[in-house]
Amino acid sequence: MGKFQGVDFYDIDSLLSEEEKLIRDSVREWVEAEVLPIIEEHYQQAKFPLHLVPQMGEMGLLGSNLPEEYGCAEINNVAYGLIMQELERGDSGLRSFASVQGALVMYPIFTWGSEEQKRYWLPRLASGEKIGCFGLTEPDYGSNPGGMKTTAVDDGDAYILNGAKMWITNGSIADVAVVWAKLDGVVRGFLVEKGTPGFSAPEIKNKHSLRASVTSELVFQDCQIPKENILPGTSGLKNALSCLTQARYGIAWGALGAAMACYDEALNYSQTRIQFDRPIASFQLIQDKLVYMLNEITKGQLLVLQLGRLKDQGKMHFAQVSLAKRNNVYHALEIARLARDILAANGISSEYQSMRHMCNLESVKTYEGTHDIHTLIVGEKITGISAFV
Amino acid sequence: MNIAVCVKQVPDTETRPKIDPSGKKMSEEGVKWILNPYDEFAVEEALQLVEKNGGEVTVISLGPAAVEPTIRAALAMGAQKAIRIEAEENPADPLVTAKALAEVLKQGNYDLIFFGKQAIDDDYAQVPQMVATALDLPCATVVVKLDIEGEKLTVEREIEGGKEKLSLSMPAVISAQKGLNEPRYRSLKGIMKAKKIPIETVQVELASGQLEIEKVKFPPEKQPGKIVGKGADAVPELVRLLHEEAKVI
Repeated sequence: MGKFQGVDFYDIDSLLSEEEKLIRDSVREWVEAEVLPIIEEHYQQAKFPLHLVPQMGEMGLLGSNLPEEYGCAEINNVAYGLIMQELERGDSGLRSFASVQGALVMYPIFTWGSEEQKRYWLPRLASGEKIGCFGLTEPDYGSNPGGMKTTAVDDGDAYILNGAKMWITNGSIADVAVVWAKLDGVVRGFLVEKGTPGFSAPEIKNKHSLRASVTSELVFQDCQIPKENILPGTSGLKNALSCLTQARYGIAWGALGAAMACYDEALNYSQTRIQFDRPIASFQLIQDKLVYMLNEITKGQLLVLQLGRLKDQGKMHFAQVSLAKRNNVYHALEIARLARDILAANGISSEYQSMRHMCNLESVKTYEGTHDIHTLIVGEKITGISAFV
Repeated sequence: MNIAVCVKQVPDTETRPKIDPSGKKMSEEGVKWILNPYDEFAVEEALQLVEKNGGEVTVISLGPAAVEPTIRAALAMGAQKAIRIEAEENPADPLVTAKALAEVLKQGNYDLIFFGKQAIDDDYAQVPQMVATALDLPCATVVVKLDIEGEKLTVEREIEGGKEKLSLSMPAVISAQKGLNEPRYRSLKGIMKAKKIPIETVQVELASGQLEIEKVKFPPEKQPGKIVGKGADAVPELVRLLHEEAKVI
């Protein structure tokens, strides 16, 4: 199989600037050389490729849309999206790492942190020297985070955290956790550093999905954190939700990368796999599947490109992000399943990547707001009636 | 150190070439362009030298404005300056390119002039040597190792079946081979910085070409393989076919 050339049926490249294309191609080159050769083995062995983190930092891929003065690359949101696309062409686990680090850890510190917190954490998180995680979801509060049980109590000198967070990407490898807890009934953000007494982060093992990514539980038992570790600008659940909007924006782009990898693999396979003395690509049922894939990738590309332009203009609405996340992830998963179909028995072998993407996308479809919750967010936006409270 | 790196924009290695209706060149339609891969080794070596010894790296390319993305790609690796020599298209005759480059290079007072060992589109591998001749400078081609001590330059170059070690005085012209170094990945910061560097455009009168391409064509299609038999009995027939038909032994 030749080098991946991207998928661009509608000359969407002509809508990108030279710099956006150069950024995408540079990340693609890195993924091709450093990620693809090792990712399958990491996935099989359920290991996160930690050695790639400093390289991602060096290239500026972490929190890349945040300002230069905090050590970030300060690129626009379309270029940021293209990075997510290329990372997820490697693996959803790698993109998840970057999404959490940038959108769920660096973004809230940048937006609601004190100047001191920003100066300390952002350059270290941008370089990959420090790793972060984001604790919002709890064992009993997934789609309904407002019901969270984790509390913070002001005991005069410190805050005391109690509770547990669940399904936390990067949890066990994180140096700092952005934890959301109720202080006097109001959801606030706190920075909890690794090693703080009363804080532990056991890894969730034996996953069928996102195996090249670390997923953990965060446990707080009378965990005492310094007063200056509260994110001073936070004032409610809406802050946590706006982090999710940032991350979902990247996911909508990322899913396209996984879809492109599967489409590319299925197309190549169908052109070379001979049955009944002809390449299987000559059969109508295979062409139907391939066209569906290309069709949905092309629509998804135009969707996120316009979303990115709106974000850069400051006009993006969170319901638009929900629409893009639900659409692109849904179709990416369908594309991965179809690619696996086309590959038939070979599709279950680790020689091919489509089934790894398929298993990953099963998580991506229900994390960061399930597909159904995003449907209801858009539903509320257009009808004015909330269907989930 | 003051270093120049001459780079060329070439079609991506994955391009499926089509022949232009003129029959004299490759069609440029739908081609994705990249920085010539050997030039990346040249840029990397130059960057490492200035990182160690101080100085600056100037990227130079000849061509229309359409080659500027490639110049930016080289700048994004970390070069400080860029010059584009205006030309409507890439000259078919490498001597024309070499003369134009030499014209610009002689004004730059460079300690070292780097090239990739060849461009992967026309594969001539002539321009570095021609430039060195035009500037009356020593030249080492196909270089896989380079050391500098004071004013003395020591290089290793690949030759058939081995390596050759040369010492040269500076200034000198070097053409880079794969193995010289491991080119860095372009960082986002590098890309953003490169965006702000002005590319100086210079006009040079191009010499008329003395070489003309008459025709380009695809290699003949590969014939399917042939099984001549099995076991030791088949050997004489195989030898005969290799000798008489394939004419390889």
